[in-house]
Amino acid sequence: MTSKVLLEDDVVAQLTDGMAIGIGGWGSRRKPMSIVRAIARSSLRNLTIVSFAGPDLGLLCATGKVARAFYPFASLDSIALEPHFRAARQAGLIEDVPWDEGMFLLGLQAAAWRVPFLPTRVGLGSDLLKHNPLLRTVRSPFDDAYELVAVPAFQLDAAICHLNRADEAGNATFLGPDLYFDDLFLRAAPTRRFVSVERVVPTAELAAEAGTELRLRVGRMMVDGVVERAGGALFTSCTPDYERDEGLQKEYAGSAKSPEAWAAFKQAWIDIPEQDFQTKVAAR
Amino acid sequence: MSDPQLAASPVTRAEVCVVAVAECFRGDGEIVANPIGTIPMIAGRVARASFEPDLMVTDGEAALVAGNEAFAWPDGKVVEYYNPYRSMFDVVWSGRRHVVMGATQIDPWGNQNFAAIGADYRSPKTQLIGFRGAPGNTVNHPTSYWVVNHSPRVFVEEVDVVTGVGWNRAEAAGPAAFEFFDVRRVVTNLAVLDFGGEGHRMRLISVHPGVTIQEVLDATGFELAQADPVGESRLPTPDELRLIREIIDPDGLRRAELPD
Repeated sequence: MTSKVLLEDDVVAQLTDGMAIGIGGWGSRRKPMSIVRAIARSSLRNLTIVSFAGPDLGLLCATGKVARAFYPFASLDSIALEPHFRAARQAGLIEDVPWDEGMFLLGLQAAAWRVPFLPTRVGLGSDLLKHNPLLRTVRSPFDDAYELVAVPAFQLDAAICHLNRADEAGNATFLGPDLYFDDLFLRAAPTRRFVSVERVVPTAELAAEAGTELRLRVGRMMVDGVVERAGGALFTSCTPDYERDEGLQKEYAGSAKSPEAWAAFKQAWIDIPEQDFQTKVAAR
Repeated sequence: MSDPQLAASPVTRAEVCVVAVAECFRGDGEIVANPIGTIPMIAGRVARASFEPDLMVTDGEAALVAGNEAFAWPDGKVVEYYNPYRSMFDVVWSGRRHVVMGATQIDPWGNQNFAAIGADYRSPKTQLIGFRGAPGNTVNHPTSYWVVNHSPRVFVEEVDVVTGVGWNRAEAAGPAAFEFFDVRRVVTNLAVLDFGGEGHRMRLISVHPGVTIQEVLDATGFELAQADPVGESRLPTPDELRLIREIIDPDGLRRAELPD
């Protein structure tokens, strides 16, 4: 089996300006931050970020990469609101495409199943229909004739997730409490599907690492590239390998208060090689 | 009540609020009580440990748990159902849930906003969390609200963004929106409100002990209907008080959300 192992910069090299990039995880949990940092350092611009958003969206807003945000919420969990995303929104710098969080599931699922939309009650009566130009309503063809919301399939050019373990071929597993929607992100994007993991292990050890084959939820037909990066989700959590680095998250959040504070944080934690980032975090 | 110290210490406003939120779940039966926030979380446990024993509750992550503890499980967590976010939407869309959400703004019909404040959505004055699950929750299963700071800035004539759907908008959006719509109550630091006013407008049903009706009216930015009569929110029973203080929230986290 051919190895799909590569580095963060190899992932970035496959991305181009204007792409729609789905990012797995949830809030400030299990985000593929080493790849996000590599995107932040790149010359990429004008991206659409599709995410149950946390510091992935915030960091890419702060570095001027984001043209459009597809998100149901943006939160750092222990810090309720994402300060860098807020700053970008309040300055009117990004196009905001809002969704309900369950609706997000449907947009990913529709893409994964290759149907143009999935119907739902979700959104009826709310201002989603006013503020999200991609939503339509659809009438049930059955006797009820209900008017429902049509959630369009999310057209992703790439999907990036961070999991706990993978083999070189791209079979991967989560070890924490929740897979979130990572498998759907990886199915929704037809190509450029990347996972970073804490550790690459031989295929024969994957099920034992997972503890049960019920956790082998990402198969190699869903993955084009594997980045091995211990600490790759930091400062977000990646249980049980590590909890969130609350101190560094606080520093990141605090850096939204002024351009000077942001410049200092960026210089210290973003504009450095990933290996240096990991060394610095470990030394804290 | 056996503990004299417990008996001696007066009931706090936070404890009255816990019981008022717990009352929102009365009659719900075997569904997921999903109260968001500290006081609502304690309230869900109180309801289950006393008058609504069939409720299911989350651990705040990916499990539904047995037992009465709200924030820590000194004897180990007892998981009764695995409920990752994926299956939470199965729960929500099948209607077997009652959520208690917060609101940065809420209008007379219960339209709620916690996405953004300001006249121009493209460039809001204040960006908040987003639509989150509010549009889906409100049209699929019972919803109540917890507002820790009852004020005219929260209780507004018109919200800037409708995230959670209120009675008038749900009715206007047709049968698919209204079929399972059930926005029930708003509990605040001052009072309990429902939607029993004319055309499902918000209505004051009880004030917490020590609060006057006028205080509530003054803290509400729109004309508020009143039940006849407006009652006084009940105090916790001795059993409920013991549950709150000794088992569910022994560390007093309720006071951090609503100081005495």
